[in-house]
Amino acid sequence: MNVTFTLNGRLRNVNIEPGDYLVDTLRQLGLRSVRRGCDSSSCGVCTILVDNKPVPSCTTLTARMDNKTVTTVEGIPKEASLLADEFGKQGADQCGFCNPGIALSAYALKLNHPNADETMIRHFMVGHLCRCTGYVSQTTALKAYLEGKR
Amino acid sequence: MNIKHFHKAASLDDAYERVNKSRHHAIIAGGAWMKFSSRELEEVIDLSDLGLDAIEETKNEVIIGSMTTLHAIETSEILQALFNGILPEAAAQIVGVGLRNVLTIGGSIIGKYGFSDLLGPLLCMDAQLNFHQAGKMSLEAFLDAKSSINDVLVSVHIPKQNGKGYFKKVRKTALDFAVLNIAITKTTDQFKIALGSRPARAILAMDAMAVLNGYESLDNKQIENAAKIAADATTFGDNHRASKAYRKELAYVYVRRGLFMLNKEAS
Amino acid sequence: MKNHHVVNHQTPSVDGKGIMMGRDAYSDDFAHSDALIIKIMRSPHAFAKIVSIDTRRAEEIPGVELILTHKDFKRNAYTRAGQGYPEPSPHDKFVLDEYVRHVGDEVCAVAAVDVKTAEKALHAINVEYEVLTPVLDFETAKDNDQRVHPEADIYEMFPIGFDPKRNLAAAYHMEIGDVEQTLRDSDVVVKESFYTTPQAHAMMEPHTVNARIDYNDRLLIYSSTQTPFHVRRILSQALEVPLRKIRVIKPRVGGGFGGKQALHGEMLCAAVTLRTGKPSKVIFTRQEVFESTYSRHPMRIDLRIGAMKDGRITAIDCYGLSNTGAYGEHALTVFMVTGSKVLPLYNKVEAVRFHGDVVYTNHTPAGAFRGYGAIQGNFALESIIDMLAEKLDIDPIELRMKNMIKEGETSKIFEVMGEGTEGTAMDMESCKLDYCLNRGLALSKWNKTYPRQMISDDKVRSVGMAIAMQGSGIPFIDMGAATIKLNDDGFYNLTVGATEIGQGSDTILVQIAAEALMTEVSNVAVYSSDTDLTPFDTGAYASSTTYVSGNAVLKAATKLREMMIEEAARVLQCDSDAITFDGITFTDDKTDSISLKDLSNKLYYNDEQKQLTATDSYVGHKSPPPFMAGFIDVEVDLCTGEFDILNYTSVVDCGTTINPMLARGQIEGGVVQGIGMATYEETHHNKKGRLITNSFLNYKIPTTKEILKLTTEFAESYEESGPYGAKSVGEIGIDTPPAALANAIYNATGVRITKLPITPEKILQGIKEKENKR
Repeated sequence: MNVTFTLNGRLRNVNIEPGDYLVDTLRQLGLRSVRRGCDSSSCGVCTILVDNKPVPSCTTLTARMDNKTVTTVEGIPKEASLLADEFGKQGADQCGFCNPGIALSAYALKLNHPNADETMIRHFMVGHLCRCTGYVSQTTALKAYLEGKR
Repeated sequence: MNIKHFHKAASLDDAYERVNKSRHHAIIAGGAWMKFSSRELEEVIDLSDLGLDAIEETKNEVIIGSMTTLHAIETSEILQALFNGILPEAAAQIVGVGLRNVLTIGGSIIGKYGFSDLLGPLLCMDAQLNFHQAGKMSLEAFLDAKSSINDVLVSVHIPKQNGKGYFKKVRKTALDFAVLNIAITKTTDQFKIALGSRPARAILAMDAMAVLNGYESLDNKQIENAAKIAADATTFGDNHRASKAYRKELAYVYVRRGLFMLNKEAS
Repeated sequence: MKNHHVVNHQTPSVDGKGIMMGRDAYSDDFAHSDALIIKIMRSPHAFAKIVSIDTRRAEEIPGVELILTHKDFKRNAYTRAGQGYPEPSPHDKFVLDEYVRHVGDEVCAVAAVDVKTAEKALHAINVEYEVLTPVLDFETAKDNDQRVHPEADIYEMFPIGFDPKRNLAAAYHMEIGDVEQTLRDSDVVVKESFYTTPQAHAMMEPHTVNARIDYNDRLLIYSSTQTPFHVRRILSQALEVPLRKIRVIKPRVGGGFGGKQALHGEMLCAAVTLRTGKPSKVIFTRQEVFESTYSRHPMRIDLRIGAMKDGRITAIDCYGLSNTGAYGEHALTVFMVTGSKVLPLYNKVEAVRFHGDVVYTNHTPAGAFRGYGAIQGNFALESIIDMLAEKLDIDPIELRMKNMIKEGETSKIFEVMGEGTEGTAMDMESCKLDYCLNRGLALSKWNKTYPRQMISDDKVRSVGMAIAMQGSGIPFIDMGAATIKLNDDGFYNLTVGATEIGQGSDTILVQIAAEALMTEVSNVAVYSSDTDLTPFDTGAYASSTTYVSGNAVLKAATKLREMMIEEAARVLQCDSDAITFDGITFTDDKTDSISLKDLSNKLYYNDEQKQLTATDSYVGHKSPPPFMAGFIDVEVDLCTGEFDILNYTSVVDCGTTINPMLARGQIEGGVVQGIGMATYEETHHNKKGRLITNSFLNYKIPTTKEILKLTTEFAESYEESGPYGAKSVGEIGIDTPPAALANAIYNATGVRITKLPITPEKILQGIKEKENKR
């Protein structure tokens, strides 16, 4: 079947199988920042934005993306770079496998709750498992990222 | 899971017709748990274009479209006003924001999942379900029905009542299913208590409710008694999250705490 | 401590931005676009013999390129453990075997043009099993009638106590002094058994490998591994491919924690590409990561500790029973670390014994995991120290202060126990454990809470603590090497075999190089690791990178600086002794000078052209331990046993930190992983040995909502033998949480939990039992 959606600002028409998941479609389209961590939408690694809302791409059928706007981290280089600066200052960017997904959720958080406090940040980011950092440095970096935007 | 066809329903009639065509046709809600099914599906039917994702209120009730996401429920001011916002509170504790942007209230109900944290609060708020063909049915009756239903859930209706609510989810980490969830509502004339993730799905603690609703006013002793009945008269089971005995103890403690809180707020 | 311009600074990681922005970094990002997809059939049985495999139907499916079964491989026993050679792990694994020894063990593999075809082919393969009674209880595995490894063609490389007839993967015994006599002579003896769990590494990137034959007709492998050089060696041995025909590239690795210190997908991926000539790839599903790689060794540790009334600890007797599951990867070495990096904490004992067995069972194998035995031992020892303190009626802090190891001291254990071999005697030239303990008491406001404070009728706050030590590489075994090259324009390439896996090693190694060359971090481009292009390094394990690889980088950089000075002296026509170099300019004693930029350009293009490159390597002659004191603050609900962790305070002596910010990241990540093991990370099997907790839905690691506050500080410390005074920091953070939490729960409730994980249910059960006894 054919699906048409806007991907990082560009209209794409892709031929897919009805059972294809977005993580595979996007990787096939060359967006290799979209990575698979768990297959059960419980780790946050594969997070992308659909109409600016974070969703796990490993359980989202590509077929449902018709007329939607899909954003991967390749589509928000400026924001990712700003967040990377803050992660760098806190040493919050260890193995990095989860970071593109975190960048997208952080961007969505900024769009929806630019004044989020620490509790709100943790509530919004809780779906992103991280085995490296212990979360505290990440949370500090996310706070600084949001503050930089105010 | 294998999917052969993907169909975007053009109307409720269309969806209803398609889903009844074959037992290999199914409606997709959020789709997150569908992935774990080993079913071979001839066709999945998507309701996304039918505008079923709104939360509205009338004079007497709040109507939640079946495709409303858990994140929308979590952030709804309309639902926040009902029973101390126990439904948004329960929704907010289900996994992370990303998945809550996908999971829907309709999927949570139709799946009759044991782990559901929404069924308890909905039972305590006397939720009604509105099916395309069958019309209205109480959530309680739907959950009790043994046969599966090949209808399209359109909306969930919650009567507006003056009352307070309490919700508690006991869990290991923020991303875990509940070890036990406890929902309690109190209106001017009655208490309702639901226990879910026992690990079987949420049910009302009828015996405890009957005792509570028989009391004129509540003192600590009566609260403890009711909590004890709720724990004793409800069936719990073992799984790898907790033992039956521990769930029973949790039920007692949190029903007691919930009743204390609601009783205190009322006085 | 000297003033450094780069080292000991909070330098941001050199690679974080590119990764955040989604650039190609991890193994699968480099897979060939037409790679065959490999899917592996996994055993549904805990123990079975394959009677037959019928692949005929699968072979006929269009798009299926190759099916591999045990009949396709010569029987050539090897170990998947990525360790130095000869390995201290038994060679007890075949690429594919006629036996399957745990649920998730490999049965056969399919390579097909896409995932769907490969999965379809797996379904079309018919396997007939003779199901055998599995050995599931590790406490009855030794000398069990059922043998996990009945085959004759498996062996040990040198004596490690391997005895498969008795289901022993390894065994060990050592005694210093006379333990039984000393215990008899002690005023007080405390005895307890402790159990730990098979924690999962749960790194975010699943095990990922891809292979192709390059245009030089060599096998090129990209692997998400901690040990690229060991991968190359073991592939060569097991598949009988000449070493020179294999190149292994380790791109960025999405977390390892020991879970990638072994070969998991590499064998089958290499075999598929070698046989088909086509590129191939394998990415483990999360279920495969849980069931089919390996976990932490679960153990039972029986401890007896003796002391005199004045608080002098006299003897420690430690028997350990370790469960290595179906294969003996890291069996002996993990077990030995349970003693060798735990027991020296109390070095003033008159007698100490450490002995026990590592048994085979039909569970998912156990292997390397951050902490590597020390966390298991630490949970037992640091729990029993609190129990002893209570029995002696001595404050547990005082008891530790009196008995723990201090700067300038040693322990006989260092000499007796190594990792798989004898040890290396050493004195603690840097040990700030007493500072760590005192500072932690102050930071955590211990005295305000200890032992407990009632918050309400139902809630109580308490504190608990533990001390720990680890090592810095394995002496005389772990070797790291580095090459630094001077380029035109005066910038450097640093190539290292050390494997960056997210811990920040590329960054800190650049810092060390930049410090020695007196340049900026941005002037050194780093590359790790590639068996063709980078010099050898044993890999990212055993807390070795900062100390071992870091020393190699320092030596190489120092050598290159001397070479550059010599060239500058030649150009300036003076003695090299007369040259001073500030990182930018070479100046002679007559104030003639040449910039590094000009010198490097000259050397490339104009004058006696040559390439300046320095390589050096380092092998440790000791393993200076980092130390830590960890303190936990909890609030316990006495009605439900639930608890919140309010803060975890870590004070660490890892020598001088090369990068205090990244070192903090190592400590905090380790602490949180330790907290996970201590409480949330419960594993369950069904009666047939199938893992129930085989997904992130059921296996719960800490989330951002559980970890509210971490307080982390470093002691001022300088290790003479380390690069710029550094010791290791990769593992030490994980060791203390299980014991600290157990002690805090005891302080709150009087309930002593001796079996991990420490769950609310167990705590409540303990509270109820105590109530019933009254």
